[in-house]
Parts: sequence; structure tokens; C-alpha cells
Amino acid sequence: MLLNKRKKKQTEITSSSMADIAFLLLIFFLVTTTIDMDKGIDLTLPEKGGEEVKIKKGNIASLLVNAAGQVLLDDEPIDLSQIQNVIKDKLDEKGYDTEGKPLLIVSIKTARDTDYDTYIQVLDHVKIAGVTKISIAEPEQ
Amino acid sequence: MTFTKKQRASETIPTSSMPDIIFMLLIFFMVTTVFKEFRGLPILTPSARSTEKVEAKRNITYVWTDKNNRISIDDKIVPVNMVSGLIGEKYAANRRLIISLKIDKEVKMGMVSDIQEQLREAYALRINYSTRFK
Repeated sequence: MLLNKRKKKQTEITSSSMADIAFLLLIFFLVTTTIDMDKGIDLTLPEKGGEEVKIKKGNIASLLVNAAGQVLLDDEPIDLSQIQNVIKDKLDEKGYDTEGKPLLIVSIKTARDTDYDTYIQVLDHVKIAGVTKISIAEPEQ
Repeated sequence: MTFTKKQRASETIPTSSMPDIIFMLLIFFMVTTVFKEFRGLPILTPSARSTEKVEAKRNITYVWTDKNNRISIDDKIVPVNMVSGLIGEKYAANRRLIISLKIDKEVKMGMVSDIQEQLREAYALRINYSTRFK
């Protein structure tokens, strides 16, 4: 009678496949991750019922945009592409405060029928010119 | 004179730490993954050169407005006068709330202004006009 040799049981958990499992999970997350950064133009709205701040009239440049997309800068018609240069000149003219911030405040006023796109274009040009204080007036009725 | 024995450098790349490296990468991606929650409305945002990236993605709430003046918050179509109530609740839960306004190019400023007034009522003052790079 032959006695079978007792087989020695393996007590180890195979760790060689660990890398494969982790790789699979890694690839899953790599594929499902969508890095779509939110991008846009930042703006902080004024508080409701906040105190009105009095500003010297000379430090304000007012931009009016009508429903047809035409722009008035201080009551003179101006081309959209010219806004940036003119505002830049005005910034330098008015000077800067002790912290290096420009004194000029640009007020943008639109009509209720103005396109949002036109408004963003105007806002964009003003931002590029380096204006930090922008006032958004309520559209005229 | 005795010669020092040249030390033999091992030629294999140690693979035992491989799972650790991969696990670390895995955990990084797991933590940074933000699943998209809302799809919003079909819109075309305007493009601007001063477009900047928005940080603090987790504090953002989107307000969608399409060219038919429909407003959508959290995938629900809401009328304009409901905006301040909804955003007010969100602001109470998170004071660092940023409102991303995803507004279509063709929307009129009257509508935009109405939404902004609603946001001011809700004290959500940090806004962001969603635009594309020009």
C-alpha cells in the first residue's frame, strides 16, 4: 500500500497580481477623470443696501452701451477695439494710489436690450486695460 | 598591496515597490476626481481675452441661462424670482460660495441684471461670468 505524500499547502497570498489590480483601478480613474477647469471673468457684486460711496466725478469714466452694441465713452462714440487704448491712457492720466492701484473707476451701463455678448466684450477690454475698480450700473428701463 | 573588491551593482530594477507607487497614483486620482453632477442647458458662452481659471471648484454653483431666458439651477428650471431663495440656501450652507453664471451670448442684459439683483439679495456676491478663451 502506497501512502500518498501529503501535499504542502501554500499559505501565502499571491501578491504578484496586486500591481495588476491597482493598475486596473488607476486606469479606470484616469479615464473617468475629466479635468475641465471652470474659467471666466471674476466679479464681486456690491452689497445690497450698502452705503453709497462718493467719488470725485473726475475719476469716473462712464461707458454706455446701447441695444445696437454701440458704445459711448464719456458721451463720445467709440469703437469697441479702441476702448482698451483710451482707457489705458485715462488710467495713466489719473494716476495711482499709494498701493499702486489705479484711481480711475470705470462705470459700465447697458440698456436692457443689449446683448450679453457685447457687455462681456466691453468688460473684457476694460479688464485688459488694467482697471481694477469696475462699477456695473443697472440697465436703463 | 591589496586590491579592494569591486562591488557588484545589482542590475535589476526592484519591482517590489511597484504596487505602492501605483496605489499612490490611484489614491491621488481618486481624491481629485470630481464627478459631474449637472449637465445644465445647451448654451454658447461668449469668449474673452481676460478669461481666468476659477479655483476652489467645490464652492461653485452654476446658474445656467439659455437664449430662451430659461434659468436652470441644479438641473431644475426655475423662474427668476426663485433664484434668490435657492441661492440663499446654498449661501447659508457655504459662505465661500462662488456663482458661475453660464449665460448664452444672445441673452439680453435685462435678464442678466435681474439675476444679479437676485444674487445680491441672497448675499452671493462672488460671481464669475463663464467665458471661453479668445
